[in-house]
Amino acid sequence: MKVKDIAQKLNLTIISGESNLEREAENCFIGDLLSHVMSHAQSGDVWITVQGNINVIAVASLTDCAMVIICEGMKLDDAALKKAHLEEIPVFASEKSAYNLACELKELL
Amino acid sequence: MAENVMRLHYTVSDTDFAVAGEASSSVKKVLKQLGVPGEIIRKVSIAMYECEINMVIHADGGEIDVEITPEKIRMIHKDRGPGIKDIETAMQEGYSTADENVRELGFGAGMGLPNMKRYTDEMNITTVIGEGTTVDMTVYVKNK
Ligand SMILES: Nc1ncnc2c1ncn2[C@@H]1O[C@H](COP(=O)(O)OP(=O)(O)OP(=O)(O)O)[C@@H](O)[C@H]1O
Ligand SMILES: [Mg+2]
Repeated sequence: MKVKDIAQKLNLTIISGESNLEREAENCFIGDLLSHVMSHAQSGDVWITVQGNINVIAVASLTDCAMVIICEGMKLDDAALKKAHLEEIPVFASEKSAYNLACELKELL
Repeated sequence: MAENVMRLHYTVSDTDFAVAGEASSSVKKVLKQLGVPGEIIRKVSIAMYECEINMVIHADGGEIDVEITPEKIRMIHKDRGPGIKDIETAMQEGYSTADENVRELGFGAGMGLPNMKRYTDEMNITTVIGEGTTVDMTVYVKNK
């Protein structure tokens, strides 16, 4: 499903990456340990995390995730926000837990 | 042969997480412009990112030299940090001495060195306790 449709169905708040919303997301990966995510996330994944620092954007870019969802009401910090805009990575925020997001995603992907 | 080498140099500052990853993203851009295949770029930039971050969180920053030829990409990361006591142990998945501060940022899974090993074709670590560590990695563009 397209990133923009997932965002709408899951009621996500868009933070960055407006130019990359047409991409197809294929799978989902949940994790907060960055180098673990680096070794397991796949290109085209929806990555769900509670981390909000600049390295999240670096890892999302390197693993070529389709979108990042910062869950449980966590925030991207300023440096991360700036880099997210610069790299045009679709990042979204949600108050929901990773579990709830994943349950909803299961019906969509 | 020698004319076909492109050399890049980066200085990684000690504890500035905000710029961590700059060198690897810069190399990623250069490789893209050179038309290097995506899967090679992915390997190089992931290995470099992990190594660059290690220089920041475990050492006091350092220097990175990258050599790009049509055949291979070599990345040499040199720091003046504390050195690694036991390389074999450090290479194990899950082994980490990362402190609480950097764990909060999501580091410390102990997967960085295993990732570098997995994504490169050659990897050599030389380290001297109290002097520093050099991680020398090569990714082949064409199959050897
Ligand atoms: N440049 C370095 N200087 C000194 N020690 C290092 C260096 N690189 C790695 N180490 C040591 O090796 C250990 C394992 O490194 P590795 O990158 O695999 O994991 P990590 O950095 O602790 O966590 P992660 O990479 O998963 O965030 C580190 O915890 C540290 O003790
Ligand atoms: Mg590491």
